[in-house]
Amino acid sequence: MPEIRVTPLGAGQDVGRSCILVSIAGKNVMLDCGMHMGFSDDRRFPDFSYITRSGRLTDFLDCVIISHFHLDHCGALPYFSEMVGYDGPIYMTQPTQAICPILLEDYRKIAVDKKGEANFFTSQMIKDCMKKVVAVHLHQTVQVDDELEIKAYYAGHVLGAAMFQIKVGSESVVYTGDYNMTPDRHLGAAWIDKCRPNLLITESTYATTIRDSKRCRERDFLKKVHETVERGGKVLIPVFALGRAQELCILLETFWERMDLKAPIYFSTGLTEKANHYYKLFIPWTNQKIRKTFVQRNMFEFKHVKAFDRAFADSPGPMVVFATPGMLHAGQSLQIFRKWAGNEKNMVIMPGYCVQGTVGHKILSGQRKLEMEGRQVLEVKMQVEYMSFSAHADAKGIMQLVGQAEPENVLLVHGEAKKMEFLKQKIEQEFRVSCYMPANGETVTLPTSPSIPVGISLGLLKRELAQGLLPDSKKPRLLHGTLIMKDSNFRLVSSEQALKELGLAEHQLRFTCRVHLHDTRKEQETAVRVYSHLKSVLKDHCVQHLPDGSVTVESILIQAAAHSEDPGTKVLLVSWTYQDEELGSYLTSLLKKGLPQAS
Amino acid sequence: MAAHLKKRVYEEFTKVVQQQQEEIATKKLRLTKPSKSAALHIDLCKATSPADALQYLLQFARKPVEAESVEGVVRILLEHYYKENDPSVRLKIASLLGLLSKTAGFSPDCIMDDAINILQNEKSHQVLAQLLDTLLAIGTKLPDNQAIQMRLVDVACKHLTDTSHGVRNKCLQLLGNLGSLEKSVTKDAEGLAVRDVQKIIGDYFSDQDPRVRTAAIKAMACKLLSDDYEQVRSAAVQLIWVVSQLYPESIVPIPSSNEEIRLVDDAFGKICHMVSDSSWVVRVQASKLLGSMEQVSSHFLEQTLDKKLMSDLRRKRTAHERAKELYTSGEFSSGRKWGDDAPKEEVDTGAVNLIESGACGAFVHGLEDEMYEVRIAAVEALCMLAQSSPSFAEKCLDFLVDMFNDEIEEVRLQSIHTMRKISNNITLREDQLDTVLAVLEDSSRDIREALHELLCCTNVSTKEGIHLALVELLKNLTKYPTDRDSIWKCLKFLGSRHPTLVLPLVPELLSTHPFFDTAEPDMDDPAYIAVLVLIFNAAKTCPTMPALFSDHTFRHYAYLRDSLSHLVPALRLPGRKLVSSALSPNIMPHEDPSHQFLQQSLERVYSLQHLDPQGTQELLEFTIRDLQRLGELQSELAGVADFSATYLRCQLLLIKALQEKLWNVAAPLYLKQSDLASAAAKQIMEETYKMEFMYSGVENKQVVIIHHMRLQAKALQLIVTARTARGVDPLFGMCEKFLQEVDFFQRCFIADLPHLQDSFVDKLLDLMPRLMTSKPAEVVKILHTMLRQSTFLHLPLPEQIHKASATIIEPAGESDNPLRFTSGLVVALDVDATLEHVQDPQSTVKVQVSYPDGQAQMIHPKPADFRNPGPGRHRLITQVYLSHTAWTEPCQVEVRLLLAYNSSSRIPKSPWIEGGEMSSQVETSIEGTIPFSKSVKVYIMPKPARR
Repeated sequence: MPEIRVTPLGAGQDVGRSCILVSIAGKNVMLDCGMHMGFSDDRRFPDFSYITRSGRLTDFLDCVIISHFHLDHCGALPYFSEMVGYDGPIYMTQPTQAICPILLEDYRKIAVDKKGEANFFTSQMIKDCMKKVVAVHLHQTVQVDDELEIKAYYAGHVLGAAMFQIKVGSESVVYTGDYNMTPDRHLGAAWIDKCRPNLLITESTYATTIRDSKRCRERDFLKKVHETVERGGKVLIPVFALGRAQELCILLETFWERMDLKAPIYFSTGLTEKANHYYKLFIPWTNQKIRKTFVQRNMFEFKHVKAFDRAFADSPGPMVVFATPGMLHAGQSLQIFRKWAGNEKNMVIMPGYCVQGTVGHKILSGQRKLEMEGRQVLEVKMQVEYMSFSAHADAKGIMQLVGQAEPENVLLVHGEAKKMEFLKQKIEQEFRVSCYMPANGETVTLPTSPSIPVGISLGLLKRELAQGLLPDSKKPRLLHGTLIMKDSNFRLVSSEQALKELGLAEHQLRFTCRVHLHDTRKEQETAVRVYSHLKSVLKDHCVQHLPDGSVTVESILIQAAAHSEDPGTKVLLVSWTYQDEELGSYLTSLLKKGLPQAS
Repeated sequence: MAAHLKKRVYEEFTKVVQQQQEEIATKKLRLTKPSKSAALHIDLCKATSPADALQYLLQFARKPVEAESVEGVVRILLEHYYKENDPSVRLKIASLLGLLSKTAGFSPDCIMDDAINILQNEKSHQVLAQLLDTLLAIGTKLPDNQAIQMRLVDVACKHLTDTSHGVRNKCLQLLGNLGSLEKSVTKDAEGLAVRDVQKIIGDYFSDQDPRVRTAAIKAMACKLLSDDYEQVRSAAVQLIWVVSQLYPESIVPIPSSNEEIRLVDDAFGKICHMVSDSSWVVRVQASKLLGSMEQVSSHFLEQTLDKKLMSDLRRKRTAHERAKELYTSGEFSSGRKWGDDAPKEEVDTGAVNLIESGACGAFVHGLEDEMYEVRIAAVEALCMLAQSSPSFAEKCLDFLVDMFNDEIEEVRLQSIHTMRKISNNITLREDQLDTVLAVLEDSSRDIREALHELLCCTNVSTKEGIHLALVELLKNLTKYPTDRDSIWKCLKFLGSRHPTLVLPLVPELLSTHPFFDTAEPDMDDPAYIAVLVLIFNAAKTCPTMPALFSDHTFRHYAYLRDSLSHLVPALRLPGRKLVSSALSPNIMPHEDPSHQFLQQSLERVYSLQHLDPQGTQELLEFTIRDLQRLGELQSELAGVADFSATYLRCQLLLIKALQEKLWNVAAPLYLKQSDLASAAAKQIMEETYKMEFMYSGVENKQVVIIHHMRLQAKALQLIVTARTARGVDPLFGMCEKFLQEVDFFQRCFIADLPHLQDSFVDKLLDLMPRLMTSKPAEVVKILHTMLRQSTFLHLPLPEQIHKASATIIEPAGESDNPLRFTSGLVVALDVDATLEHVQDPQSTVKVQVSYPDGQAQMIHPKPADFRNPGPGRHRLITQVYLSHTAWTEPCQVEVRLLLAYNSSSRIPKSPWIEGGEMSSQVETSIEGTIPFSKSVKVYIMPKPARR
C-alpha cells in the first residue's frame, strides 16, 4: 500500500527549529532546517541522528527545501550540510538565498565571537553550504529527479517566503512554511491554487487568534508617532533587522511623504542596511503597490529614512529611530533607550513580543524603575507603547488557505499543542478532512491511493464514444481494450493495435457447441425454423439467414446438419468467438430447450 | 466463413464515426429555377466554386432586405442549402437565415420547419451550431407561440449529446433563453416542463468542457462557486446575483438545517463568501455586486462588518469597539498599557465558526485585500449599501475612516468621496473626526479638497468637535496656503450647519474678554478670516450670537460682507442698518430687485427701438455698462447679464456699422474707413460664437436669435465686400454662399420662424425668390436696405445660464526664474486650472501655448486629467510639454485655455433633414476656439545642447 510518512524533527507541537521529514512515493524530502532560539546546547539543532542511523544523509534525502530565511527555518543548515554532511541539492527562493547567509553569519558571530562557543560552524562552512543551494522561482516547477518535482507559491510573511508543493506522480504534499494571509505594506498575501494535495502541512502559530483589521493597528501606530514628533519628542522603535523593520519603515516613510513631515527618521546601520539593499532588488516579491510604482520610485529607497549615527541620539529636536535588537536587551537600542528614558516627551514603541527578563518585557509590564548594571537605577518617564505587527496567518487565514488548497489531509506544525488541538478540531469539523499534529519524532503515516494515469488511444476512445453516451464520471463503464505496460507508462489501446505493436499474431478463440434437435425435416427446413424462432425471440439482434443455409445471430454462426446415425435428429452447430461468450451461451441454452412446434 | 463473419463484425464497429473531410467532395453549384425576388439567386447560379458563392452571400448580407421579400429569399437560400456540399457555404447560409428571421415585420414561423429539417440532416458541427443559433433567433422572435417554443426545446435537448462543445453550448443557450421565457409566460400547467429544462441544464454543470460549463451556468444557478476555473466562478457569482435580483423574496431552505431564508439573503451570503476567493478578478466582481444588493436584510448586512476577534481562545474586542467604549465612558484613549487590548472572556470552542458560510466579515476582508482594485470595489459597495440603509451607514463609518489611511491615493480619495455621499445619514464621533482630520495634512491636493468637501456636509456632535475641526483646518491653512478658498468654503458650511455648537466657542475664537478690550486682529490674515467665516455663518441662524461680537468684529463683518459676499451671509445686526439689502432666501428670483432691474433695463432697450440712431446707441451703451456692473456685483446673475450684454453689444456694433459714412459716399473713396464696418462684422461673428458655445443652459430659442444675428453679420460682411471689392467675380460666389446659408437657416429653424416676425430673416425669406434670380449688385442693395429696416429682436432669457470660465491656478506666472531646458528636448509644465460651467470639458477644453515668435501650439489634455469635484465644476490638472529651438535669453510663453467648438453640434436636427444632405451643405461645421481664461506667462529658456 503506498503511503506518505511525515516525521517532524522539530516544530512538532512546538515553535522553532522547524525540520520536517517527508517520505512520499519512495522519495525523502526534508522541509526546513532550523534552529531553536530557546536553547544553546545540542537541543538547538534538530536531531539528525534520527536519519544518520540508517546511513549517510545524502543517501537518504533526495532534497532539502528551505521556506524562508528566518533562523528558526534555516539556522541549522550549515551544521546539517557541512558538519553532519549532506551533499544533495538545497532548494530555496532567490531572496532567501541572498539574505540567508547574512543572517547565518550574524548568528555565527554572536554565538562564537560573543558567547565564545566552540565546535560551531565557520564562515567558510556557510559559504560552502550556500554553494549547494539551487534557486527556485515562484510557480516554477523544478524537477529534482525524474519523478520528484517541487513548485513554490508566494507566502507573504517575509521577503522571499514561499510555500512548496512536493509532488511525485499523482501524490503531492504542500508545505506552507510561515505565511500571512493578509497583505501588508510591503508584502502581498499568500496564495495557492486549488492543487488538492494529499497532505497540507501548515504552520499554526496563531491557531487560536483572530486578528483585528491591520488598519486600526497601523493608524494607532502612526498617530502615536505623529503626536510625539509634533510635541517635539523622540520615538524609539526597537526592531529586529529584517522583516517587520522594513514594514514599519515603509509605513513611516509613506506617512511622512503624505503628511509632508520634516522630522528625521533614522535606521541603525549594519545588518539592516545590507538587508535593505536586497529588498530593493527583489521587487517582484513585494506587494502590488510597490511592484506598480517601483518604476517611478523604489519604495525601499527611503527618502526620509536615513542611516543612524551614534552622535544623533544627543541632537535636539524630534526624531524617530529604528534600532536593533528588538527586545531592548543589549546593543544600540538599549543605549538609546537609556539616553531618552528620562524625558516624558519621548516614546518607545515595542512592535513585537519580548522575552521575559529583557528590559523590553519589564517596561511593557509597567515597571518604571529599572536597575541597570552597576547598581544604577534608571527611571523611565518616557511613554511605553506596545503594537503587535505580526506576519503570520491567524486562525481565519489558516482556514482560508486550507479552503483554497482543498487537501485530503492536514498536518499542523509550528505551534503550541494546546492551540493546535482547537484548530485541528475546527478543520476536521468544517472541511471533513482528517487532521494530524505529531510531536517531534512522531511519525504520521497516511495511506494513499495514487491514481495511475493510463493513456488511451484516440481511435479506441472515439469508438467507445460512438457507441454510447458521453462518459459519466460517476458511473463505471466497461471498455474492451488491451493494457500495455512499457517503460513505466501505461497505455490502453485496441487489441488490434496492441497485436501490431507487439508483433504478435492474433489467435481467435471460438467455442463450438453441438445441440441435438429432434427434427425429421431436412436440414434446410430446420435452419429456416431455427431462423424464424430466433428472429422472434431475439428482436434486438440482427438475425440473418445466409444463402448457404446457415443462420447468423450477430457474429454467431449456426449450422444445421443431419445426424450421421440418426436421421431423425438434427445437429445444430453453434459457433461463437470469445468476445460473444454471453450471447453464445444464451443461444445454446435457448436452442437446447428445443424449437417451438410448428403450428 | 469465419473471415466473412469477422469482416462483418468489424464493419459494424466502425460505422458511426463521422469525418468532416468526407463531405468536402467535388463542389459545383447547380441552380436552375429562376426567381424574381432577388438578384441573389442569379449570383448563386453563377457561382462556380464555394469561394465564389461565399463571396456572393457576403455581398448579399450587406444589403437590407424588405420584409415582404424575405420569405422568397429564404426559400432560395434553403434550396441552395440542400444542394450545397461545402460546409462553409452552408454555415453562411445558416447565419443568413438567422439574420433574415430577425427582419422586422417578418414572421419566421414558416421557415422553422425547414430549419429543423435541415438541422436533422446536418453533419458538420459548426453548421449545426449556427443552425441552432438561427433557431434561437426564430424562437426569440416568437415569444408567444408556445408550441414552437416547446418544439425548439425538444430539438435542443436532442442535440445536447453532440460531441462538439460548440453545439452543446448553443443548445444550452437555446434552452436557457427559451426555457426561461416559458417560465415567465406560463402558469402551473407548464411548470413541469420548465423544471425539466432546468434539470437538463443542471446535468450539464458537470460537463467535461469548461466552455460548456460556462455556458451552462449562464443559462441558469451554486456549487460551481468552487469550480477550479476562475471564469466559471465569475460567471457563477454573476448568475447568483441575477437570480437574486429576479426573485429576491422567494424562500430557500438551508441545506444543513431545516431553516429557511430569503433568496436574496442566501445569495448575499454566498457572494460575500466569494470576497475571499483566490482569484482577484472574482473578488472584484463579488465586491462590486454586493453593492447592488440593496434588498438584503439588515441583519445580514451588518454581519459583513463583523469579525469576531479572538486571542488565545478568548474573546477580544476590536479596536473599534474599544474606541467606542472609551468615548462613551468619557475617558481619553490611553492605549498606553500593554494589557489594554487584553482578551476578556473565554470563548466557547464549539461556538467559534472559523469559516462562516454567511456574510461575516466580508467587507472587513474586502477592505484589507491586497489588490487595490478589490479595495476600491469594496468601498464602492459600502457606499451604495450605506446609502440605502442609514443604520448600516452608521456601522460602516469606522471602516471607511480606516480607509482614509490606505496606501493608495485612489482608494483614499474614493473612501472620502463615499463618506461624503453618505454623510447625511451619519454623525461623526469625536475620535472618528480626529482620524478624519488627520488626513488634512495629506500632501495631495485632491485628497485635501475632497476632505474639505466632506467636512462641508458632515454632522459633528460636540463643540469640541467643531473646535478640533477648526484648529485642524487652520493648521492645514498655514501648511498649504493655496487651500485658502476651499477652507473658507468648508468653514462656511460647517458654521451654518452647527450654529448652536459654534455659539459657546465664540468668545474663545474671537479672543474677547469680558472686561478688557483685546487687540484688533489683522484683517488680512487668512486664518482670522476663516474664523470669521465660521462665526458669521453660524450667526445667521443664531440671533444671540452677534451680542458676543466686539466692535471691530462688526467692522470686519461689513468689510467681509462686501469683499467676500459669497462666503459671508447677510446678518440682522442689532442697532445697525443692514449692510446689504436683506434677502430672505424664500424670495423668488423674479422678485429679486436686481433681477427686476435686469429685466427692466432689457425691456427698455427692446421697446425703444424707433428712437433716433444717436439715442439708441447711447441707450445701448448705458445698458451694456449697467449689465456688466450688475454681473460683477451679483454673481448669480452674472451669466444672464453677460449674455444679454453681449447680445446688445452685437446690436450696437451692427447699428454703428450701418451708420458709417461709407454707405453715403462712392465706394472707391472709402477704402480705409471700411475697415470699421468689416471689423464690426467680424466681431459680431466672434461674439455670436461666444454666445452660442460659452454659456451653459442656452436653449433653442436663444440659438435661433444668435444664428439670426450671425446671419446679419454675414450680410453686413457681404455688403461691405461689395462696396470695397473691385470686380464682380468674387461677389458671385459670396452671394451664392450667403443665399445658401439663408436657406440652411430656414431649414434648421423652420419651427421657430413664426417667432421671428418682422425680422431681417423674415423679410429676407419673403424676397428669397427674387434674390435667387437677381444679380449680385441687386442682392447687395436689397440686403442693405433690409438690414437698415430690420427690427431689433427680443432675446428671451433662459432659465439658467452660466458663462464658462476658467482660472489657471498653476503656473502662477510670477516666477522670475526661467524654466531651463535643453532645446529640442521637452520640458513638462504642470498646469492646474479650475473650469466652471463647461459642458463636456474632456472634448472641448484645450491648452494653448504661444511662443514669442508667434508660434502657437494647441494641446488636447487627456480625458483622465479632468476631475469633477462638484456639479458644474471641473478641475484640469495636466502636464503640458514645451519645446523649442534655442533662444539667446529667457522669454515668456503664454499659456491659456481655449474652448473648442463645432458649429454643427448645436444645430437642432429635424427628423426630415437627412444626414447625408446636411454634410453636402456649405455651412456644415465651422470649428474654432474661444479663449476663456486669462493667459499666464511662463518664463522659459531653451538652451542649446552642449556637445
